[in-house]
Amino acid sequence: MLEQQLVNGVVLGATYALFAVGFTLMFGVMGVINLTYGVYFALGAFAALWTTQGLGLGIAAALPVGALVAGLVAVAIDSLLLTRLRRAKAPELASLMVTLGATLFLYAGMAAWLGTEIRRFPAAIFDGGAYSLGSVRVGTTQLLIIGAAFLFVAALLALVRGSRLGLAIRAVAENPEAAALMGINGGLMVRVVSFLSGAIGGAAGVLVGLNFNAIQPFMGEHMMLRGFAVIIVGGLGDLRGALVAGLLLGFAEVLTAAYISSTFKDLTAFALLVATLWFRPMGLFGRAAAKRA
Amino acid sequence: MWETLDDLYWTYQSLIHGIGVNGILALSIYVVLAVGQLSLGQAAFMGVGAYTGALLTVKAGVPFPVAMAGAAAVPALIALVVGGPTLRLTGVYLAIATIGLGEITRIVFLNWDYAGGALGLSGIPEKGGVGAIYGTLAAALLALVLIARSRIGRAMEAMREDEAAAGVMGVNLPRYRMTALVVSSALAGLAGCLSAHVSSFIGPNEYGFETAVTILSYALLGGIGSPVAPVLGAAILTLLPEVLRPLADFRLMVNGLIIVLAVLFMPRGILPWRIARTGAR
Repeated sequence: MLEQQLVNGVVLGATYALFAVGFTLMFGVMGVINLTYGVYFALGAFAALWTTQGLGLGIAAALPVGALVAGLVAVAIDSLLLTRLRRAKAPELASLMVTLGATLFLYAGMAAWLGTEIRRFPAAIFDGGAYSLGSVRVGTTQLLIIGAAFLFVAALLALVRGSRLGLAIRAVAENPEAAALMGINGGLMVRVVSFLSGAIGGAAGVLVGLNFNAIQPFMGEHMMLRGFAVIIVGGLGDLRGALVAGLLLGFAEVLTAAYISSTFKDLTAFALLVATLWFRPMGLFGRAAAKRA
Repeated sequence: MWETLDDLYWTYQSLIHGIGVNGILALSIYVVLAVGQLSLGQAAFMGVGAYTGALLTVKAGVPFPVAMAGAAAVPALIALVVGGPTLRLTGVYLAIATIGLGEITRIVFLNWDYAGGALGLSGIPEKGGVGAIYGTLAAALLALVLIARSRIGRAMEAMREDEAAAGVMGVNLPRYRMTALVVSSALAGLAGCLSAHVSSFIGPNEYGFETAVTILSYALLGGIGSPVAPVLGAAILTLLPEVLRPLADFRLMVNGLIIVLAVLFMPRGILPWRIARTGAR
Protein backbone atom coordinates (compact mmCIF):
# COMPACT_ATOMS: atom_id res chain seq x y z
CA MET A 1 0.00 0.00 0.00
CA LEU A 2 2.70 2.46 0.99
CA GLU A 3 4.80 1.51 -2.06
CA GLN A 4 1.89 2.27 -4.37
CA GLN A 5 1.30 5.61 -2.60
CA LEU A 6 4.94 6.51 -3.06
CA VAL A 7 4.75 5.69 -6.78
CA ASN A 8 1.58 7.77 -7.06
CA GLY A 9 3.40 10.55 -5.25
CA VAL A 10 6.27 10.45 -7.73
CA VAL A 11 3.86 10.54 -10.67
CA LEU A 12 1.85 13.45 -9.27
CA GLY A 13 5.03 15.24 -8.26
CA ALA A 14 6.53 14.80 -11.71
CA THR A 15 3.32 16.24 -13.16
CA TYR A 16 3.69 19.34 -11.00
CA ALA A 17 7.39 19.62 -11.74
CA LEU A 18 6.81 19.25 -15.48
CA PHE A 19 4.31 22.08 -15.35
CA ALA A 20 6.37 24.33 -13.09
CA VAL A 21 9.73 24.08 -14.91
CA GLY A 22 8.63 26.32 -17.77
CA PHE A 23 6.85 28.67 -15.38
CA THR A 24 9.91 29.14 -13.21
CA LEU A 25 12.21 29.55 -16.24
CA MET A 26 9.97 32.32 -17.51
CA PHE A 27 10.02 34.01 -14.13
CA GLY A 28 13.74 33.58 -13.59
CA VAL A 29 14.74 35.35 -16.78
CA MET A 30 11.93 37.86 -17.25
CA GLY A 31 11.21 38.64 -13.60
CA VAL A 32 7.50 38.59 -14.36
CA ILE A 33 4.75 36.31 -13.14
CA ASN A 34 3.23 35.40 -16.46
CA LEU A 35 -0.31 34.23 -15.75
CA THR A 36 -0.85 33.21 -19.38
CA TYR A 37 1.35 30.17 -18.70
CA GLY A 38 -1.73 28.12 -17.75
CA VAL A 39 -3.18 28.80 -21.20
CA TYR A 40 -0.14 27.29 -22.95
CA PHE A 41 -0.75 24.09 -20.98
CA ALA A 42 -4.26 23.79 -22.47
CA LEU A 43 -3.16 25.00 -25.91
CA GLY A 44 -0.55 22.24 -26.16
CA ALA A 45 -3.11 19.62 -25.26
CA PHE A 46 -5.62 20.89 -27.83
CA ALA A 47 -3.02 21.16 -30.56
CA ALA A 48 -2.04 17.55 -29.84
CA LEU A 49 -5.67 16.48 -29.95
CA TRP A 50 -6.03 18.17 -33.33
CA THR A 51 -2.92 16.41 -34.62
CA THR A 52 -4.18 13.00 -33.57
CA GLN A 53 -7.82 13.52 -34.56
CA GLY A 54 -7.56 15.81 -37.55
CA LEU A 55 -4.36 14.47 -39.06
CA GLY A 56 -4.58 10.95 -37.64
CA LEU A 57 -1.01 10.94 -36.40
CA GLY A 58 0.38 9.25 -33.30
CA ILE A 59 1.72 10.68 -30.10
CA ALA A 60 5.24 10.94 -31.52
CA ALA A 61 3.94 13.71 -33.79
CA ALA A 62 1.35 15.16 -31.41
CA LEU A 63 3.79 15.95 -28.61
CA PRO A 64 6.13 18.14 -30.71
CA VAL A 65 3.19 19.83 -32.42
CA GLY A 66 1.62 20.67 -29.05
CA ALA A 67 4.90 22.06 -27.78
CA LEU A 68 5.55 24.05 -30.96
CA VAL A 69 2.10 25.67 -31.03
CA ALA A 70 2.25 26.61 -27.34
CA GLY A 71 5.79 27.94 -27.73
CA LEU A 72 4.90 30.13 -30.68
CA VAL A 73 1.84 31.54 -28.93
CA ALA A 74 4.01 32.27 -25.88
CA VAL A 75 6.46 34.24 -28.04
CA ALA A 76 3.62 36.15 -29.68
CA ILE A 77 1.99 37.05 -26.36
CA ASP A 78 5.28 38.09 -24.83
CA SER A 79 6.33 40.35 -27.67
CA LEU A 80 2.85 41.81 -28.02
CA LEU A 81 2.33 42.64 -24.35
CA LEU A 82 5.36 42.36 -22.14
CA THR A 83 8.10 43.73 -24.37
CA ARG A 84 6.64 47.23 -24.37
CA LEU A 85 6.15 47.17 -20.59
CA ARG A 86 9.74 45.99 -20.18
CA ARG A 87 10.94 48.86 -22.36
CA ALA A 88 8.91 51.35 -20.31
CA LYS A 89 10.30 49.86 -17.05
CA ALA A 90 6.72 49.40 -15.82
CA PRO A 91 6.25 48.09 -12.27
CA GLU A 92 5.64 44.36 -11.81
CA LEU A 93 2.01 45.04 -10.95
CA ALA A 94 1.46 46.24 -14.52
CA SER A 95 2.97 43.07 -16.04
CA LEU A 96 0.95 40.90 -13.69
CA MET A 97 -2.28 42.66 -14.66
CA VAL A 98 -1.58 42.66 -18.37
CA THR A 99 -0.99 38.91 -18.37
CA LEU A 100 -4.13 38.56 -16.29
CA GLY A 101 -6.16 40.43 -18.89
CA ALA A 102 -4.59 38.33 -21.62
CA THR A 103 -5.44 35.16 -19.68
CA LEU A 104 -9.11 36.16 -19.43
CA PHE A 105 -9.09 36.96 -23.13
CA LEU A 106 -7.42 33.70 -24.17
CA TYR A 107 -9.51 31.47 -21.89
CA ALA A 108 -12.75 33.08 -23.05
CA GLY A 109 -11.59 32.82 -26.66
CA MET A 110 -10.69 29.15 -26.30
CA ALA A 111 -13.96 28.38 -24.54
CA ALA A 112 -15.94 30.13 -27.28
CA TRP A 113 -13.98 28.43 -30.05
CA LEU A 114 -13.45 24.92 -28.67
CA GLY A 115 -16.35 24.60 -26.22
CA THR A 116 -16.03 23.91 -22.51
CA GLU A 117 -16.86 20.21 -22.54
CA ILE A 118 -14.19 17.68 -21.62
CA ARG A 119 -12.49 16.00 -24.61
CA ARG A 120 -10.72 12.68 -24.81
CA PHE A 121 -7.77 11.60 -26.88
CA PRO A 122 -8.57 8.76 -29.35
CA ALA A 123 -8.09 5.45 -27.56
CA ALA A 124 -5.50 4.03 -29.93
CA ILE A 125 -3.18 7.03 -29.83
CA PHE A 126 -0.98 5.63 -27.14
CA ASP A 127 -1.09 2.06 -25.94
CA GLY A 128 -1.10 2.79 -22.27
CA GLY A 129 0.01 -0.55 -20.92
CA ALA A 130 0.95 -0.88 -17.29
CA TYR A 131 3.90 -2.53 -15.60
CA SER A 132 3.59 -4.20 -12.26
CA LEU A 133 6.30 -5.03 -9.82
CA GLY A 134 4.92 -6.96 -6.90
CA SER A 135 1.85 -5.03 -5.81
CA VAL A 136 2.94 -1.78 -7.41
CA ARG A 137 1.46 -0.74 -10.76
CA VAL A 138 2.64 2.06 -12.96
CA GLY A 139 1.38 2.99 -16.42
CA THR A 140 3.47 3.77 -19.51
CA THR A 141 2.12 7.34 -19.68
CA GLN A 142 3.05 7.83 -16.06
CA LEU A 143 6.59 6.61 -16.73
CA LEU A 144 6.71 8.99 -19.67
CA ILE A 145 5.74 11.91 -17.40
CA ILE A 146 8.39 11.04 -14.83
CA GLY A 147 10.98 10.65 -17.58
CA ALA A 148 9.98 13.92 -19.25
CA ALA A 149 10.16 15.88 -15.99
CA PHE A 150 13.70 14.73 -15.29
CA LEU A 151 14.74 15.07 -18.94
CA PHE A 152 13.44 18.63 -19.26
CA VAL A 153 15.14 19.77 -16.09
CA ALA A 154 18.43 18.12 -17.07
CA ALA A 155 18.29 19.54 -20.60
CA LEU A 156 17.46 23.04 -19.40
CA LEU A 157 20.19 22.94 -16.76
CA ALA A 158 22.68 21.84 -19.40
CA LEU A 159 21.52 24.63 -21.68
CA VAL A 160 21.54 27.37 -19.04
CA ARG A 161 24.72 26.35 -17.24
CA GLY A 162 26.77 24.82 -20.01
CA SER A 163 26.28 26.70 -23.27
CA ARG A 164 27.05 30.14 -24.66
CA LEU A 165 23.33 30.67 -25.25
CA GLY A 166 22.69 29.84 -21.59
CA LEU A 167 25.41 32.26 -20.53
CA ALA A 168 23.71 35.00 -22.56
CA ILE A 169 20.33 34.12 -21.04
CA ARG A 170 21.77 34.29 -17.54
CA ALA A 171 23.39 37.63 -18.33
CA VAL A 172 20.07 39.07 -19.51
CA ALA A 173 18.35 37.72 -16.38
CA GLU A 174 21.02 39.29 -14.16
CA ASN A 175 21.18 42.72 -15.76
CA PRO A 176 19.58 43.49 -19.14
CA GLU A 177 21.42 46.81 -19.62
CA ALA A 178 24.85 45.41 -18.91
CA ALA A 179 24.09 42.43 -21.14
CA ALA A 180 23.12 44.76 -23.97
CA LEU A 181 26.39 46.68 -23.55
CA MET A 182 28.24 43.37 -23.90
CA GLY A 183 26.60 42.89 -27.28
CA ILE A 184 23.98 40.39 -26.22
CA ASN A 185 20.71 40.61 -28.13
CA GLY A 186 18.34 40.85 -25.16
CA GLY A 187 15.17 40.78 -27.25
CA LEU A 188 16.27 37.55 -28.90
CA MET A 189 17.11 35.93 -25.55
CA VAL A 190 13.68 36.87 -24.20
CA ARG A 191 12.04 35.30 -27.26
CA VAL A 192 14.12 32.14 -26.88
CA VAL A 193 13.13 31.81 -23.22
CA SER A 194 9.47 32.55 -24.00
CA PHE A 195 9.48 29.86 -26.66
CA LEU A 196 11.18 27.30 -24.42
CA SER A 197 8.83 27.98 -21.50
CA GLY A 198 5.72 27.93 -23.65
CA ALA A 199 6.87 24.74 -25.38
CA ILE A 200 7.49 23.03 -22.05
CA GLY A 201 4.07 24.18 -20.82
CA GLY A 202 2.49 22.81 -24.00
CA ALA A 203 4.33 19.49 -23.76
CA ALA A 204 3.28 19.20 -20.12
CA GLY A 205 -0.32 19.78 -21.20
CA VAL A 206 -0.10 16.96 -23.78
CA LEU A 207 1.41 14.47 -21.33
CA VAL A 208 -0.87 15.33 -18.42
CA GLY A 209 -3.90 15.35 -20.73
CA LEU A 210 -2.83 11.93 -22.00
CA ASN A 211 -2.46 10.61 -18.46
CA PHE A 212 -5.94 11.71 -17.32
CA ASN A 213 -7.32 11.37 -20.86
CA ALA A 214 -9.42 14.45 -20.27
CA ILE A 215 -8.66 17.91 -21.59
CA GLN A 216 -10.63 21.16 -21.56
CA PRO A 217 -9.75 24.84 -22.04
CA PHE A 218 -9.53 25.60 -18.31
CA MET A 219 -7.27 22.68 -17.41
CA GLY A 220 -4.38 25.06 -16.72
CA GLU A 221 -6.13 27.05 -14.01
CA HIS A 222 -5.98 24.36 -11.35
CA MET A 223 -2.35 23.73 -12.25
CA MET A 224 -1.42 27.41 -12.04
CA LEU A 225 -2.23 27.58 -8.32
CA ARG A 226 -0.17 24.42 -7.74
CA GLY A 227 2.51 25.91 -9.96
CA PHE A 228 2.79 28.92 -7.66
CA ALA A 229 3.36 26.63 -4.71
CA VAL A 230 6.03 24.67 -6.59
CA ILE A 231 8.02 27.66 -7.82
CA ILE A 232 7.92 29.38 -4.43
CA VAL A 233 8.92 26.31 -2.44
CA GLY A 234 11.68 25.56 -4.95
CA GLY A 235 12.83 29.16 -5.15
CA LEU A 236 11.66 31.53 -7.89
CA GLY A 237 13.57 30.92 -11.08
CA ASP A 238 15.36 27.81 -9.82
CA LEU A 239 15.04 24.81 -12.20
CA ARG A 240 16.43 22.21 -9.80
CA GLY A 241 14.18 23.67 -7.08
CA ALA A 242 11.10 23.26 -9.28
CA LEU A 243 11.83 19.54 -9.73
CA VAL A 244 12.48 18.89 -6.04
CA ALA A 245 9.55 21.04 -4.88
CA GLY A 246 7.23 19.42 -7.43
CA LEU A 247 8.12 15.93 -6.18
CA LEU A 248 7.86 17.10 -2.57
CA LEU A 249 4.41 18.54 -3.17
CA GLY A 250 3.28 15.39 -5.00
CA PHE A 251 4.41 13.18 -2.10
CA ALA A 252 2.86 15.52 0.46
CA GLU A 253 -0.51 15.57 -1.32
CA VAL A 254 -0.68 11.83 -1.92
CA LEU A 255 0.38 10.94 1.61
CA THR A 256 -2.00 13.47 3.21
CA ALA A 257 -4.87 12.11 1.14
CA ALA A 258 -4.00 8.52 2.01
CA TYR A 259 -3.19 8.79 5.69
CA ILE A 260 -4.80 11.95 7.06
CA SER A 261 -7.80 13.01 5.01
CA SER A 262 -8.54 14.01 1.46
CA THR A 263 -9.93 17.26 2.87
CA PHE A 264 -6.44 18.37 3.75
CA LYS A 265 -4.97 17.28 0.41
CA ASP A 266 -5.75 20.58 -1.30
CA LEU A 267 -4.65 22.51 1.74
CA THR A 268 -1.15 20.96 1.66
CA ALA A 269 0.06 22.93 -1.34
CA PHE A 270 -0.98 26.27 0.05
CA ALA A 271 0.15 25.54 3.58
CA LEU A 272 3.59 24.68 2.15
CA LEU A 273 3.51 27.83 0.03
CA VAL A 274 2.65 30.17 2.89
CA ALA A 275 5.02 28.49 5.34
CA THR A 276 7.88 28.81 2.84
CA LEU A 277 7.18 32.49 2.27
CA TRP A 278 6.96 33.18 5.99
CA PHE A 279 10.05 31.32 7.08
CA ARG A 280 12.28 30.99 4.03
CA PRO A 281 11.09 33.36 1.29
CA MET A 282 13.99 32.52 -1.02
CA GLY A 283 12.77 28.90 -1.27
CA LEU A 284 14.70 25.69 -0.79
CA PHE A 285 17.53 26.51 -3.17
CA GLY A 286 17.20 30.24 -3.63
CA ARG A 287 19.99 32.60 -2.81
CA ALA A 288 19.29 35.50 -0.47
CA ALA A 289 19.54 37.84 -3.45
CA ALA A 290 16.38 36.32 -4.88
CA LYS A 291 14.49 38.29 -2.27
CA ARG A 292 15.06 41.44 -4.24
CA ALA A 293 12.89 40.26 -7.07
CA MET B 1 -42.28 58.97 -12.65
CA TRP B 2 -41.90 56.95 -9.46
CA GLU B 3 -43.36 53.95 -11.18
CA THR B 4 -40.76 54.11 -13.92
CA LEU B 5 -38.01 54.42 -11.35
CA ASP B 6 -39.48 51.53 -9.42
CA ASP B 7 -39.57 49.36 -12.55
CA LEU B 8 -36.03 50.36 -13.36
CA TYR B 9 -34.96 49.40 -9.86
CA TRP B 10 -36.59 45.98 -9.98
CA THR B 11 -35.17 45.23 -13.41
CA TYR B 12 -31.65 46.24 -12.55
CA GLN B 13 -31.73 45.47 -8.82
CA SER B 14 -28.79 43.10 -8.77
CA LEU B 15 -26.76 45.42 -10.97
CA ILE B 16 -27.42 48.36 -8.65
CA HIS B 17 -26.40 46.26 -5.66
CA GLY B 18 -23.36 44.98 -7.52
CA ILE B 19 -22.05 48.43 -8.39
CA GLY B 20 -22.25 49.53 -4.74
CA VAL B 21 -20.68 46.38 -3.31
CA ASN B 22 -17.92 46.37 -5.91
CA GLY B 23 -17.30 50.05 -5.18
CA ILE B 24 -16.59 49.15 -1.54
CA LEU B 25 -14.32 46.32 -2.70
CA ALA B 26 -12.50 48.76 -4.97
CA LEU B 27 -11.89 51.00 -1.96
CA SER B 28 -10.61 48.03 -0.01
CA ILE B 29 -7.94 47.24 -2.62
CA TYR B 30 -7.22 50.97 -3.00
CA VAL B 31 -6.20 51.22 0.65
CA VAL B 32 -3.54 48.50 0.15
CA LEU B 33 -2.33 49.76 -3.23
CA ALA B 34 -2.14 53.32 -1.91
CA VAL B 35 0.75 52.34 0.36
CA GLY B 36 2.49 50.53 -2.49
CA GLN B 37 1.57 46.94 -1.56
CA LEU B 38 -0.14 44.37 -3.76
CA SER B 39 -2.73 42.03 -2.26
CA LEU B 40 -4.55 39.26 -4.08
CA GLY B 41 -6.28 38.18 -0.88
CA GLN B 42 -9.15 40.68 -0.87
CA ALA B 43 -11.63 38.04 -2.04
CA ALA B 44 -10.77 35.89 0.97
CA PHE B 45 -11.37 38.76 3.38
CA MET B 46 -14.63 39.42 1.57
CA GLY B 47 -15.52 35.76 2.04
CA VAL B 48 -14.67 35.85 5.74
CA GLY B 49 -16.93 38.90 6.12
CA ALA B 50 -19.72 37.25 4.14
CA TYR B 51 -19.55 34.04 6.19
CA THR B 52 -19.26 35.88 9.51
CA GLY B 53 -22.22 38.12 8.72
CA ALA B 54 -24.35 35.30 7.34
CA LEU B 55 -23.61 32.92 10.22
CA LEU B 56 -24.42 35.69 12.68
CA THR B 57 -27.82 36.46 11.15
CA VAL B 58 -28.78 32.91 10.12
CA LYS B 59 -27.48 30.83 13.03
CA ALA B 60 -27.28 33.35 15.88
CA GLY B 61 -30.16 35.55 14.77
CA VAL B 62 -28.48 38.81 15.73
CA PRO B 63 -29.66 42.16 14.28
CA PHE B 64 -28.12 43.23 10.98
CA PRO B 65 -25.96 46.09 12.36
CA VAL B 66 -24.30 43.66 14.79
CA ALA B 67 -23.65 41.24 11.91
CA MET B 68 -22.05 44.10 9.99
CA ALA B 69 -19.81 44.96 12.93
CA GLY B 70 -18.76 41.32 13.18
CA ALA B 71 -18.17 41.13 9.43
CA ALA B 72 -15.76 44.05 9.70
CA ALA B 73 -14.07 42.89 12.91
CA VAL B 74 -13.28 39.24 12.09
CA PRO B 75 -11.39 39.87 8.80
CA ALA B 76 -9.58 42.78 10.47
CA LEU B 77 -8.51 40.48 13.28
CA ILE B 78 -7.29 37.84 10.82
CA ALA B 79 -5.37 40.53 8.92
CA LEU B 80 -3.75 41.58 12.19
CA VAL B 81 -2.60 38.01 12.87
CA VAL B 82 -1.34 37.02 9.40
CA GLY B 83 -0.15 40.54 8.58
CA GLY B 84 3.07 40.37 10.61
CA PRO B 85 4.94 37.66 8.74
CA THR B 86 3.18 38.36 5.41
CA LEU B 87 3.92 42.07 5.17
CA ARG B 88 7.65 41.47 5.52
CA LEU B 89 7.40 40.25 1.93
CA THR B 90 7.36 42.65 -0.98
CA GLY B 91 6.28 42.76 -4.61
CA VAL B 92 5.71 39.44 -6.34
CA TYR B 93 6.33 37.48 -3.14
CA LEU B 94 3.62 39.39 -1.29
CA ALA B 95 1.22 38.86 -4.20
CA ILE B 96 1.83 35.09 -4.21
CA ALA B 97 1.58 34.85 -0.40
CA THR B 98 -1.82 36.55 -0.49
CA ILE B 99 -2.93 34.15 -3.24
CA GLY B 100 -1.90 31.24 -0.98
CA LEU B 101 -3.70 32.66 2.06
CA GLY B 102 -6.78 33.27 -0.07
CA GLU B 103 -6.83 29.67 -1.32
CA ILE B 104 -6.42 28.33 2.22
CA THR B 105 -9.44 30.39 3.32
CA ARG B 106 -11.49 29.11 0.38
CA ILE B 107 -10.62 25.48 1.13
CA VAL B 108 -11.52 25.96 4.81
CA PHE B 109 -14.99 27.24 3.81
CA LEU B 110 -15.30 24.41 1.29
CA ASN B 111 -14.84 21.82 4.02
CA TRP B 112 -16.54 23.54 6.94
CA ASP B 113 -19.78 21.61 7.32
CA TYR B 114 -21.33 23.97 9.87
CA ALA B 115 -21.17 26.73 7.24
CA GLY B 116 -22.68 24.54 4.52
CA GLY B 117 -19.46 23.15 3.05
CA ALA B 118 -19.36 23.03 -0.73
CA LEU B 119 -23.11 23.73 -0.93
CA GLY B 120 -22.71 27.11 0.73
CA LEU B 121 -25.25 28.89 2.91
CA SER B 122 -28.67 29.81 1.58
CA GLY B 123 -31.69 31.50 3.05
CA ILE B 124 -29.75 34.48 4.32
CA PRO B 125 -32.30 37.17 5.26
CA GLU B 126 -32.44 40.06 2.78
CA LYS B 127 -31.45 43.03 4.84
CA GLY B 128 -29.82 46.35 4.28
CA GLY B 129 -30.30 46.65 0.55
CA VAL B 130 -29.52 49.81 -1.38
CA GLY B 131 -29.55 52.09 1.67
CA ALA B 132 -26.97 50.11 3.62
CA ILE B 133 -24.76 49.46 0.59
CA TYR B 134 -24.57 53.03 -0.65
CA GLY B 135 -24.46 54.41 2.89
CA THR B 136 -21.38 52.29 3.62
CA LEU B 137 -19.84 53.20 0.28
CA ALA B 138 -20.41 56.93 0.84
CA ALA B 139 -19.07 56.82 4.40
CA ALA B 140 -15.97 54.88 3.38
CA LEU B 141 -15.36 57.12 0.38
CA LEU B 142 -15.69 60.28 2.46
CA ALA B 143 -13.37 58.96 5.16
CA LEU B 144 -10.76 57.89 2.61
CA VAL B 145 -10.90 61.19 0.73
CA LEU B 146 -10.38 63.07 4.00
CA ILE B 147 -7.49 60.77 4.93
CA ALA B 148 -5.95 61.12 1.47
CA ARG B 149 -6.00 64.90 1.81
CA SER B 150 -4.35 64.82 5.21
CA ARG B 151 -0.80 64.34 6.41
CA ILE B 152 -1.42 60.59 6.48
CA GLY B 153 -2.37 60.66 2.82
CA ARG B 154 0.88 62.43 1.99
CA ALA B 155 2.83 59.77 3.85
CA MET B 156 0.94 57.04 1.96
CA GLU B 157 1.70 58.64 -1.37
CA ALA B 158 5.36 58.99 -0.42
CA MET B 159 5.48 55.28 0.41
CA ARG B 160 3.91 54.38 -2.91
CA GLU B 161 6.32 56.47 -4.94
CA ASP B 162 9.56 55.62 -3.12
CA GLU B 163 9.45 53.46 -0.04
CA ALA B 164 13.08 53.94 0.93
CA ALA B 165 12.88 57.71 0.72
CA ALA B 166 9.63 57.75 2.70
CA GLY B 167 11.25 55.62 5.40
CA VAL B 168 14.22 57.97 5.61
CA MET B 169 11.85 60.91 5.95
CA GLY B 170 10.41 59.33 9.07
CA VAL B 171 7.34 57.50 7.78
CA ASN B 172 6.70 54.49 10.02
CA LEU B 173 6.51 51.96 7.16
CA PRO B 174 5.50 48.78 9.05
CA ARG B 175 2.74 50.56 10.94
CA TYR B 176 1.29 52.12 7.77
CA ARG B 177 1.41 48.80 5.95
CA MET B 178 -0.34 46.97 8.79
CA THR B 179 -2.99 49.67 9.26
CA ALA B 180 -3.69 49.67 5.53
CA LEU B 181 -4.11 45.88 5.48
CA VAL B 182 -6.42 45.88 8.52
CA VAL B 183 -8.60 48.72 7.19
CA SER B 184 -8.73 47.13 3.76
CA SER B 185 -9.79 43.73 5.12
CA ALA B 186 -12.48 45.34 7.28
CA LEU B 187 -13.84 47.08 4.17
CA ALA B 188 -13.74 43.84 2.17
CA GLY B 189 -15.54 42.11 5.05
CA LEU B 190 -18.30 44.74 5.03
CA ALA B 191 -18.70 44.35 1.28
CA GLY B 192 -18.96 40.57 1.72
CA CYS B 193 -21.59 40.91 4.44
CA LEU B 194 -23.65 43.35 2.37
CA SER B 195 -23.53 41.20 -0.76
CA ALA B 196 -24.46 38.08 1.25
CA HIS B 197 -27.53 39.87 2.60
CA VAL B 198 -28.80 40.99 -0.79
CA SER B 199 -28.11 37.81 -2.75
CA SER B 200 -29.29 35.60 0.17
CA PHE B 201 -26.81 32.89 -0.87
CA ILE B 202 -23.06 32.47 -0.40
CA GLY B 203 -20.75 29.66 -1.47
CA PRO B 204 -17.02 29.06 -1.01
CA ASN B 205 -16.17 29.33 -4.70
CA GLU B 206 -17.40 32.90 -4.94
CA TYR B 207 -14.32 34.05 -3.05
CA GLY B 208 -11.48 32.50 -5.03
CA PHE B 209 -8.58 33.75 -7.09
CA GLU B 210 -10.79 35.02 -9.89
CA THR B 211 -12.75 37.32 -7.59
CA ALA B 212 -9.48 38.61 -6.18
CA VAL B 213 -8.19 39.60 -9.60
CA THR B 214 -11.53 41.12 -10.54
CA ILE B 215 -11.26 43.35 -7.47
CA LEU B 216 -7.71 44.28 -8.44
CA SER B 217 -8.82 45.18 -11.94
CA TYR B 218 -11.26 47.78 -10.54
CA ALA B 219 -8.39 49.78 -9.06
CA LEU B 220 -6.27 49.15 -12.11
CA LEU B 221 -8.82 50.50 -14.56
CA GLY B 222 -9.80 53.45 -12.38
CA GLY B 223 -6.34 54.33 -11.14
CA ILE B 224 -5.22 54.93 -7.57
CA GLY B 225 -4.54 58.66 -7.71
CA SER B 226 -7.59 59.27 -5.52
CA PRO B 227 -10.20 57.03 -3.81
CA VAL B 228 -12.86 58.08 -6.30
CA ALA B 229 -10.98 56.53 -9.23
CA PRO B 230 -11.22 52.83 -8.22
CA VAL B 231 -14.94 53.24 -7.40
CA LEU B 232 -15.48 54.51 -10.92
CA GLY B 233 -13.40 51.61 -12.27
CA ALA B 234 -15.62 49.19 -10.35
CA ALA B 235 -18.77 50.80 -11.75
CA ILE B 236 -17.47 50.50 -15.31
CA LEU B 237 -16.33 46.90 -14.98
CA THR B 238 -19.61 45.92 -13.30
CA LEU B 239 -21.69 47.59 -15.99
CA LEU B 240 -19.55 46.36 -18.84
CA PRO B 241 -20.80 42.74 -18.98
CA GLU B 242 -24.38 44.07 -19.05
CA VAL B 243 -23.66 46.52 -21.82
CA LEU B 244 -21.78 43.89 -23.78
CA ARG B 245 -24.49 41.26 -23.31
CA PRO B 246 -25.36 41.22 -27.04
CA LEU B 247 -21.81 39.98 -27.68
CA ALA B 248 -22.65 36.79 -25.75
CA ASP B 249 -19.60 34.52 -25.60
CA PHE B 250 -17.20 37.24 -26.66
CA ARG B 251 -18.10 39.46 -23.75
CA LEU B 252 -15.47 37.92 -21.48
CA MET B 253 -12.89 38.30 -24.23
CA VAL B 254 -13.72 42.00 -24.48
CA ASN B 255 -13.45 42.26 -20.70
CA GLY B 256 -9.93 40.81 -20.81
CA LEU B 257 -9.02 42.98 -23.77
CA ILE B 258 -10.09 46.11 -21.89
CA ILE B 259 -7.83 45.22 -18.97
CA VAL B 260 -4.90 44.65 -21.36
CA LEU B 261 -5.47 47.94 -23.18
CA ALA B 262 -5.95 49.82 -19.90
CA VAL B 263 -2.59 48.62 -18.57
CA LEU B 264 -0.72 49.20 -21.80
CA PHE B 265 -2.10 52.58 -22.73
CA MET B 266 -3.39 54.10 -19.50
CA PRO B 267 -0.89 53.02 -16.86
CA ARG B 268 -2.31 55.51 -14.35
CA GLY B 269 -5.93 54.52 -14.91
CA ILE B 270 -8.77 56.48 -16.47
CA LEU B 271 -8.76 59.00 -13.62
CA PRO B 272 -5.04 59.74 -13.37
CA TRP B 273 -5.29 62.93 -11.34
CA ARG B 274 -3.93 62.95 -7.85
CA ILE B 275 -5.93 64.24 -4.96
CA ALA B 276 -5.73 68.00 -4.36
CA ARG B 277 -4.02 68.75 -1.09
CA THR B 278 -3.12 72.00 0.55
CA GLY B 279 0.62 72.43 0.71
CA ALA B 280 1.22 69.76 -1.91
CA ARG B 281 2.74 70.83 -5.18
